[in-house]
Amino acid sequence: MSQHALLEIHNLSIRFRTGHGAVEAVKNVSFSLKEGSTLAIVGESGSGKSVTALSLTRLLPMPPAEFVGGDILFAGESVPAMAPDRLRAIRGGGIAYIFQEPSTSLNPVYTIRSQIAEAIRLHRPEVKDVDAEIVRCLNTVGIVNPEKRMHDYPHQLSGGMQQRAMIAMALSCKPRLLVADEPTTALDVTIQAQILAELRRLRRDLNMALILITHNIAIIGGLCDRIAVMFRGEIVEYGDTESVLRNPQHPYTKALIACVPKLGAKEKRMKTIDYSWLNSR
Amino acid sequence: MTAAPPLPSRNATASSGPGRRSLARFRKNPVGVTAAAIVGLLFLVALVTGIGACFGVYFPYDPNATNLAQKLRAPDAAHWLGTDNLGRDVLSRLLNGSYISLTVGFIAVAVSLSIGVAVGAVSGYLGGWVDNVLMRIVDAILCFPTFFLILTAVALLGPSIINIIVIIGLVSWTGTARLVRAEFLTLRESEYVRAARTLGQRSPAIIFRHILPNAAAPIIVTAVIGIPDAILTEAGLSFLGFGVQPPQATWGNIISDGKTYFLDAWWLIVFPGLAIFVAALSFYLAGDALRQAAESRSERK
Repeated sequence: MSQHALLEIHNLSIRFRTGHGAVEAVKNVSFSLKEGSTLAIVGESGSGKSVTALSLTRLLPMPPAEFVGGDILFAGESVPAMAPDRLRAIRGGGIAYIFQEPSTSLNPVYTIRSQIAEAIRLHRPEVKDVDAEIVRCLNTVGIVNPEKRMHDYPHQLSGGMQQRAMIAMALSCKPRLLVADEPTTALDVTIQAQILAELRRLRRDLNMALILITHNIAIIGGLCDRIAVMFRGEIVEYGDTESVLRNPQHPYTKALIACVPKLGAKEKRMKTIDYSWLNSR
Repeated sequence: MTAAPPLPSRNATASSGPGRRSLARFRKNPVGVTAAAIVGLLFLVALVTGIGACFGVYFPYDPNATNLAQKLRAPDAAHWLGTDNLGRDVLSRLLNGSYISLTVGFIAVAVSLSIGVAVGAVSGYLGGWVDNVLMRIVDAILCFPTFFLILTAVALLGPSIINIIVIIGLVSWTGTARLVRAEFLTLRESEYVRAARTLGQRSPAIIFRHILPNAAAPIIVTAVIGIPDAILTEAGLSFLGFGVQPPQATWGNIISDGKTYFLDAWWLIVFPGLAIFVAALSFYLAGDALRQAAESRSERK
């Protein structure tokens, strides 16, 4: 038997049944991810990147969503065929998520400590000293004075600290894959840079696979080995980050890269995505 | 060393959960505090007379001891609130009625809250056809005029305290169910519920640990406001003779007994009426203050 990649997606198609007929949100998407490697999924709103990410642990509401075809293999196991119990173990324990809005992703009525403790008890019941483990996780994500901070409620932390706490919560389950769905979109630029630096360090230190979902192509360099560009539910370009960014093949990728403002360039207006290539198809 | 300007102490807020902050705001509301104090006093009185009655200890007199020689006496030093047509002490009967009223209020609300929260939570969390079926049942129950439904049920089943409590509880949960459903509909879409799901939480854990505590404030407020509703319903039933049966004194049947004599003996209906009024008003005002304190979520830190 050949060795499985950590995550393999073959010809995945997902459809939403709506009142106005079915919408195919993800069409024939394929990619794979090795243990400890990183992938960026780039695309505009509605391109299917979040739907793809949520489908990895069947987090989409079904119905209206349904798998039309293809398969998702996590460590060799088919996610669409998985039993509910196994699925719950994979969620958090195998694949953990962090989301865009840290201030609303933490439950306002519990302290950081009790929220992380819950995650640890769920996926690592063998841990004896939960508090020590929480302190360790908070330390890992660069929260200063974690022994004190863990007793804080979410509203007592800044946005950057909240996102760090979210990442700590995800890490506390020791996932093999972390899916970061626009983790820096809601944060201001300096905090963005800090969180990205933190993610870069974590994936190096923990040898954890990472899928970074973003519409901001500028933040990918140096963080992800590979890149998948999604447009209207399809992967239009897929390859090494270096070569895709240097030498984009697909007109949409070119248009996306052209939007990134360049330092020192004298332009009167910011560029928006040029869709003219669509007409020539 | 120069003294640093006093920083807002972190320790002061270090353990300030949302509940505690609401409570702090509640304390600043004089109406709420007064109302809560009266409710507390009422509760204490009811508790003491209730326990006393269990051991046959009465204050100031036995509420059921008749003394025709002393009948219909106006309030004086011996009988502070006067006596009724059978010479029973009105104050003793009022005190005795207080624990009946509060017991009915609290237990009926506990019954209606359990049903309402369960139905609302299931309905709002699951949605779909389950939600549809449950909400149509709620609509159907709401079609009945509540008081007459209770009256009919009591007439059929017989008027005992247990029956009254259970019946009031069984017909008054619909409002709570709708409220809880609405809260759950909003909260189940919240990011932290999604985050809990991505961590592999089971649905019961999500409902009880993540959604319910965030819906606690409005639930507590409806509960507090439900208590005077139940007390008033019981008083109404007792007044009509369908409630707790004599000789057991309740605020409603003291008024009912006194209405024949009230032109000569005003104290027979004024004092129990005042008791009902003050109790109900205190619960309403306390509930309203609680709602205001819980809602001021914008006022952070």
